[in-house]
Amino acid sequence: MLEIKNLHAKAGDKDILRGIDLKVGPGEVHAIMGPNGSGKSTLSYVLSGREGYTVTAGSAELGGKDLLSLPAEQRAREGVFLAFQYPVEIPGVTNKYFLKAAYNALRKHRGEKEATAGEFLKIIKEKAKLVQMDPAFLNRAVNEGFSGGEKKRNEILQLAVLEPKLALLDETDSGLDIDALKIVAAGINAMRDPKRSFIVVTHYQRLLDYIVPDFVHVLSAGRIVRSGGKELALQLEDEGYGVLGQEAAVR
Amino acid sequence: MNAAARFSEAESRRNAPAWLAAARKTAIARFSELGFPTEADEDWRFTRVEPLAKTAFELPKPAATVEAKALVPFDAYRLVFVDGRHAPALSDLAGLAQGVRVASLAQVLKDEPALLEPRLKASAEPAFAALNTAFFDDGALVIVPRGVTLEKPVHLLFLSTAAGAPVMWHGRVLVSVEAGAKLTLVEEYAGAGSGTYFANMVCDLDLAENAVLEHAKLQHDSESAFHVASLRVRQGRDSRFAGHSVSLGAALCRNDIAVSLAGEGADCALDGLYHAGGRQQVDFHTAIDHVVPHCGSRELFKGVLDGSARAVFNGLISVQPGAQKTSASVYNKNLVLSENALVNTKPEFKISANDVQCKHGATVGQLSGDALFYLRSRGIGAVEARNLLVYAFAREMVEKLPVEALREAVSARLARSLGAGD
Repeated sequence: MLEIKNLHAKAGDKDILRGIDLKVGPGEVHAIMGPNGSGKSTLSYVLSGREGYTVTAGSAELGGKDLLSLPAEQRAREGVFLAFQYPVEIPGVTNKYFLKAAYNALRKHRGEKEATAGEFLKIIKEKAKLVQMDPAFLNRAVNEGFSGGEKKRNEILQLAVLEPKLALLDETDSGLDIDALKIVAAGINAMRDPKRSFIVVTHYQRLLDYIVPDFVHVLSAGRIVRSGGKELALQLEDEGYGVLGQEAAVR
Repeated sequence: MNAAARFSEAESRRNAPAWLAAARKTAIARFSELGFPTEADEDWRFTRVEPLAKTAFELPKPAATVEAKALVPFDAYRLVFVDGRHAPALSDLAGLAQGVRVASLAQVLKDEPALLEPRLKASAEPAFAALNTAFFDDGALVIVPRGVTLEKPVHLLFLSTAAGAPVMWHGRVLVSVEAGAKLTLVEEYAGAGSGTYFANMVCDLDLAENAVLEHAKLQHDSESAFHVASLRVRQGRDSRFAGHSVSLGAALCRNDIAVSLAGEGADCALDGLYHAGGRQQVDFHTAIDHVVPHCGSRELFKGVLDGSARAVFNGLISVQPGAQKTSASVYNKNLVLSENALVNTKPEFKISANDVQCKHGATVGQLSGDALFYLRSRGIGAVEARNLLVYAFAREMVEKLPVEALREAVSARLARSLGAGD
């Protein structure tokens, strides 16, 4: 599904990613952990096409298709979805309108007929249940005045509506209390599918109690320094990122 | 343009009462003395009038039949003007309640000039208003008598047909909302031809005690038009005025809006939205004068600038000595989409009282890169994402407009000029 080879990237003129190799198969959940500044968020942004990053070497392909040459919207249409660490507030655009525009952009890309307002309303109401979202939120401006938990639930609602091939969850647990975390994790688990891959980027092991990964990778100074099964996360929880001290110091 | 020569030409055709002829003579003398404003005039520092001043405008010939091209045919008492002249065949005043006057000014001048004399008393006017006094031949008179609520809006539609040589027309609108009366007034300007024209308007709104007036001006003149307008509002005790200005067209659009809060408890809400691209110039000069205590005013203008457009916003709030317990705010927010577009904005206060609440602010910003990326990361194309955000910025002002059909029409028109669908 996703194949990243020797990926190097800069943010501005600063080297952040220094040779990432990662293969994510269909239906797999990979957790990427690492200390602050290790490049976790940069990896998410580089894969989703945010401006301000320069890929200096390497490749990233989704289903054999080169992602890095595509603009952000094309990557989304090819099935990449980024759940933001800090979802953006957009005053004046209702959640419903936004989701419908995105949903129809994807349908159009696949050569399917765009959904009417009525058809879409049915779909979105169904999906809102998945994250226990009050339908009243659909008529509010995108993320405006939403609490931290509501914003994250809104991200997962978008994930559910857009049904991507690859979901990148960037620090989805940050700022969530345990109840909100459970709702968000339940929403994500409901979206697990043999055809859908997840990359869960997190600083804390806590999230992985609820979203159990198939693989755990530890990122440090822009490289994956260790990979293992879910037990690696527990080990890190016990030992801390301190074990990576040597490598982190190289930065 | 030789204004004096045009004036003699116009006067020779007129048969005005002596008081009006005298007022016009004074006005043309005043204009000749002042001339067109230049950059040396503080009120015109950022807006270039030379292209207008250098054009030789003719007075319009009687227009051929035109189709009424209202932006939207909503249910209203309607007066239509073609090149400044009332077009009875396009107008519709059916069902107007007894005692309510909605009439062509030319007609009233002919039939009951005495009715107009007290309403047309001009003191030393600035250049464009003086030019208007010298030249106006038509316009509208609207009187809503004491205690009457007009259920349907009054729609004044000014169409310009210019196709050949540049023409100018000058229109005057006189509105009285008497004590306790209520009116919604829509003033619309549209260009039906592609030629150059100069529309010069003066509009006087008078609100008596407890009167309520909601006024919406919609300007979507053609691309080579010059639109200059002066809106003068006088508010009596406990009256409420809501003014909306939407400016989407014209090569040059200048609006002077002056509101005098002359009776205690009067309240004024002034809103505006402008969108300019290409080499368009749009200029709003507003002045709200708190003359007496216990009045409130709130003002918000939003602008979207693209291409090499220039916008000017000057929002002055004056609080006269003794006008205590004044509450006033003025805000101007601009979205600049291109490096070559320029905004000069200045909300300002002149306060001569000590127990007042006044707030002001101005912003000039660009589209948020974070918001653009957020939309694009969901599959929404770059152009659509941009338009969506611009529309979202303007939407607040559209939603404030009176009359559902008007909101829809402005929204659609805005979406079209942004190249976006809704």
